[in-house]
Amino acid sequence: MSALREVLRRMLFMRRFEEAVIALFERGDFEGHYHVYIGQEATALGALDAIPPTDYMYTTHRNHGHLLARGADPTGLMAEILGKVGGLVGGRGGSYHAAWPEGLVPVTSALVAGNIPQAAGTALAIKRKGTDQLVVCWFGDGAVEEGAFYETMNLSAMWKLPVLYLCENNSVPAPYRAMGQYPSSTHAARSLTDVVAPFGIPGHVVDGTDYEAVRQLVTELAARCRQGDGPQFVEARTSRWPGSYGLWPAQTGGPFDVRWVWEPAGAPEEVREWTASSDPIVLLGQRLAAAGQLDPEGLSQLDQEVKGEVATVVEEALAQEDAPAAQTLAHVFADR
Amino acid sequence: MPTMTYAEALCQSLLDTCEAEPNLIFIPAAFGGLSPHAKSFAPFYARFRDRIYPAPISEIALCGIGVGAAIAGLRPVIDVLSASFLYQGIAQVVNEAANVHYMTDGKTRCPVIFHAMQGVLPGEAAQHNRCLSAELWNSPGLEIVLPASPEDAAGLWKTAVASPNPTVFMDHQLLMGMTAEVPAHVEPIPFGQARVVRSGRDVTVVATLAVVERAVRAAEQVEASDSISVEVIDPRTLVPFDEETIVQSVRKTGRLVVADETIRSCGVAAEVVARVQERCWGDLKGPIQRVTLPDVPIPFSRPQEAVVAVTPEKIAQAVRLVARYQ
Ligand SMILES: Cc1ncc(C[n+]2csc(CCOP(=O)(O)OP(=O)(O)O)c2C)c(N)n1
Ligand SMILES: [Mg+2]
Repeated sequence: MSALREVLRRMLFMRRFEEAVIALFERGDFEGHYHVYIGQEATALGALDAIPPTDYMYTTHRNHGHLLARGADPTGLMAEILGKVGGLVGGRGGSYHAAWPEGLVPVTSALVAGNIPQAAGTALAIKRKGTDQLVVCWFGDGAVEEGAFYETMNLSAMWKLPVLYLCENNSVPAPYRAMGQYPSSTHAARSLTDVVAPFGIPGHVVDGTDYEAVRQLVTELAARCRQGDGPQFVEARTSRWPGSYGLWPAQTGGPFDVRWVWEPAGAPEEVREWTASSDPIVLLGQRLAAAGQLDPEGLSQLDQEVKGEVATVVEEALAQEDAPAAQTLAHVFADR
Repeated sequence: MPTMTYAEALCQSLLDTCEAEPNLIFIPAAFGGLSPHAKSFAPFYARFRDRIYPAPISEIALCGIGVGAAIAGLRPVIDVLSASFLYQGIAQVVNEAANVHYMTDGKTRCPVIFHAMQGVLPGEAAQHNRCLSAELWNSPGLEIVLPASPEDAAGLWKTAVASPNPTVFMDHQLLMGMTAEVPAHVEPIPFGQARVVRSGRDVTVVATLAVVERAVRAAEQVEASDSISVEVIDPRTLVPFDEETIVQSVRKTGRLVVADETIRSCGVAAEVVARVQERCWGDLKGPIQRVTLPDVPIPFSRPQEAVVAVTPEKIAQAVRLVARYQ
């Protein structure tokens, strides 16, 4: 349980980090479209705690949580989002293309499904080299609408590539999270796991708000994948945070308040139902409280510490220079 | 004449064309994109909901569905949102739609419209800022429409809907809020007729889409600071291309700057320069200048973005340079 308390702390860190990102955008500290990971924290942590740092990872436009859970430097990520010189990829990519090549997150495509064939290609390289690595490939439910997804499922199944497809379906209403089907206006399939079945790729549904369930499943699948069984497909179900419904993220209902763990009904109306049914921090906090592992004072203190850490991250990132004009033309090509 | 935004004028034209053409359908429809003016299209969504197919993120299939539906008599508009996403559907655009009429010896028509927003936006970085007019221009069989004013958006849209050919209609998120006087009833604007946006004697500037307005600002700057009189021309459609209006202008001014948001190498500006020098060699007083994106992906950081951006200042600088040749 004390390990779960640490998980709660890391989830809170991600939450405060994303809230800071929204505040910085609204203040005009960076421009462009961006995506936050609020509501999906348990999925990234559960999955990546089951994966050693020697495995490859490909992420998406919604990459902040994946990178933090992977262990990327939060200041480097914040600096990237702000276009600073000390950003993970030198301020060149911003939120869309934040990556961590040193941590085996080689590049980030912000095009839906752009990364899926790339992950399979990296898995092919691993297979040829004969190492026991695998590739974690994140994508959203939207990527299952793209042709590249189907072509890659076929190829990676034929070639039995060591790739773990982690599909985050963040548009599932709370009652459907653990169940077999969910309604969607953009998929003819009633369940995304049905879609991979004809390729012989095992599909698994997991409640993406449940850290332990995700971690356990991914641990098991990673072992099978490493044995040479070929690709595995996970549909991690979460429910969309109300602040992510608009064209731009918005801090709907104000910043997260840890008191909602004890009293979700106290949350503002815009987020009340989501907080009570779908917020992974609230759900885990309640479990810990029920087990006598967490009390309001303890959580409040944890939150204060995390807020302090995030404030330092923001301060250090803002203090950096913008990625400089003089570097604009560098790295179009690699040196020979 | 009423004053309208670009978005309002285009919306009015959508209403008019839907009224007149029952086969006009939209797969999906996302006019205005992330612009705050996207809400100006509400009357269109309200009135013609039954013409709109909400669609999954499946660009290659949607573009191909547009080809087949057009062949069988619908007037489908395939909306890929950002021109950058057109790459996901490009095979059906450049290697299918563009070839249909020719491959069938003129027997089959493919009047599909591909709609996208094109142009560099702040903070959108390398993958969401792609400008495809040059690649599209390199595929014979496609009409390419780039409306730069409210009236042009409305009038060119009407011609696109009536066109018997595959047409790529690309507007720009940053233009959605542009206001101008627009006639209460906008007539269709024929393809292949450039618009002389501003008359001048000393230098011709050819610009497209969002860069047209930047060229006008540059012209105002150099007129005030250096007394250089600049003529700004917007071709409005790249295919068909109105060479004549530009050639006439260059014969008068003897100097040309071409400003455009495609990449420098093999970009739109390169093609315009090639055509003008073929016909105006003896009229040119000096070398033609291009103001384009350099041969580099679009960076995220603000100072780096400023290095690559096509701005009024860079256009003004190019105008001053060519004005020195006598
Ligand atoms: C090829 C392509 N088409 C369209 C887009 C625009 N776009 C960005 S995010 C998004 C929705 C993606 O949904 P999903 O994959 O479920 O990820 P989520 O944002 O829900 O995490 C779309 C359509 C894009 N980035 N790339
Ligand atoms: Mg989704």
